Amino acid sequence: MNPRGVSTVNPRGAGIEAQHLRVSFGGFVAVADTSLFVAAGESFGIVGESGSGKSTVLRAICGLVPIGSGTVRLVRGAAGDGVGANGVPMPLPGTKPFRRLVQMVFQDPYGSLHPRQTVDRILAEPLAIHDVDDAETRIERALDEVGLGTGFRFRYPHQLSGGQRQRIAVARALILEPQILLLDEPTSSLDASVQAEVLNLLEELRRRRGLTFIMVSHDLAVVTHMCERLMVMQRGETVELISSADLALSRVTHDYTRSLMEASTGFRRARARESR
Amino acid sequence: MNSPSSPSPEPMLVVEDLRVSFPNRDGGRTEAVRGVSFMLGRERLGIVGESGSGKSQTGRAILGLTAPEGRVTAKRLEFNGVDLLHCTSRQRRELRGGRIAMVLQDPKFSLNPVMTIGDQIVETLRAHTRIAARDARASAIAALESVQIDDPERVCKLYPHEVSGGMGQRAMIAMMLIANPDLLIADEPTSALDVTVQLQVLAVLDALVVQRGMGLIFVSHDLRLVSTFCDRILVMYAGQMVEQVEAGRLADATHPYTRGLMNCLPKLGEDRHPLPTLDRRPEWAL
Repeated sequence: MNPRGVSTVNPRGAGIEAQHLRVSFGGFVAVADTSLFVAAGESFGIVGESGSGKSTVLRAICGLVPIGSGTVRLVRGAAGDGVGANGVPMPLPGTKPFRRLVQMVFQDPYGSLHPRQTVDRILAEPLAIHDVDDAETRIERALDEVGLGTGFRFRYPHQLSGGQRQRIAVARALILEPQILLLDEPTSSLDASVQAEVLNLLEELRRRRGLTFIMVSHDLAVVTHMCERLMVMQRGETVELISSADLALSRVTHDYTRSLMEASTGFRRARARESR
Repeated sequence: MNSPSSPSPEPMLVVEDLRVSFPNRDGGRTEAVRGVSFMLGRERLGIVGESGSGKSQTGRAILGLTAPEGRVTAKRLEFNGVDLLHCTSRQRRELRGGRIAMVLQDPKFSLNPVMTIGDQIVETLRAHTRIAARDARASAIAALESVQIDDPERVCKLYPHEVSGGMGQRAMIAMMLIANPDLLIADEPTSALDVTVQLQVLAVLDALVVQRGMGLIFVSHDLRLVSTFCDRILVMYAGQMVEQVEAGRLADATHPYTRGLMNCLPKLGEDRHPLPTLDRRPEWAL
């Protein structure tokens, strides 16, 4: 595997393994037989177009959509066994301890924050659900960590910019001290300069806390910047598993990955004529 | 074909010192666009900026689609010699959709959800030309064909929710082009689409601009996309034009905002951690 991937493994953190995941809505198969293994401390990307099932994989992992068949489990360290520290088994999906370890940041910060709750209340809610004490200091610390400071604590989402809102969404996910962060297009609704700030923040937090990331995006450049390995999905199926280093050197095997790569370089007149 | 634009002696569109302001809560007015000036011939002009930079309001003001509480002023705002600010609303209506057309961002929200795509195209056509119903139908199908929709007769009968984003966007382009406008304003026409579909839609747009010799104003936040698609780029910041560059010479851009905007994008095959961020100087907004 990619040497960058190994070096970041966090022996005390949690990774995730999904095997033969299948999700269908009515008769429509959104995800067909997808397996992935993300070691603790690793950063893993999923790319694909809309409708490729990339977001559904994340939602299936954290329990937001029912899994048709297949398994999801937490693993410890690089060894990838299901036994945690002191021989205690890792929490099972669907349980409260699992949800505390696996948190998600959603795509649209304009839709994912409650419009009539203050930042304080948004951040207090997960703490209340998980019976965490010391809410006061945790909220202040969480705001500090995402670079907002306590001045933002009693504001409403509409009083914040898009980048600030996404920072609140990150703070809400991190306030429970999870091991795994699921990022569903965390910067696609932000401006380019704000995107850089949020990406830097996420990288910094990951480094400091030894977090495991699974990041979904349609932007290859963003995913290769953030992740060591990535998976390319098309119509619910995995078409390619590749390391970011290989992708950057365009050592890709699948045509679809290649077309995504070309698309990310922008518009070219000659190519447009060929395809017609 | 790569650079078909040699600015014609008489520009099609002249914008001089365009200002758009909206009432704010304190009883004063906030200027969203503050003194934008440019000329446009039969070329592809990109307007780039971040959210709130006034790029969309510039496009809307040209078409006369500014919200009623907004106030538009300009020293000159002329389209083919017609003064857009002082012409009658009848004249304006004839221009809008007929000579100047606009493609909006998201086909999901900008098409009529309770009308089939075919009917919507026919409606546009009949608003601008006297044409028999059957001929209008045939032109609608031809228009859908020209934006590379396979099986246009079937698509004609579909409602907007029954088509994909890329197809909806192409249908909207077909609708906007059916009256054969001279100027097309495209406000983030591909932002809601996937990257691969994005390129198909752009290829369609590009071919139409070249074939018909239209002028195009392409409003977008995506500097990379605009620099590969347009001939010339206006960069906007806080309601003002900070820079005007030839698309091919974007690397030579001098304004720190333009350079910062290009610099903060992650690129394939580059290892920059952390990414450089934009250091916004207050003097840029003066």
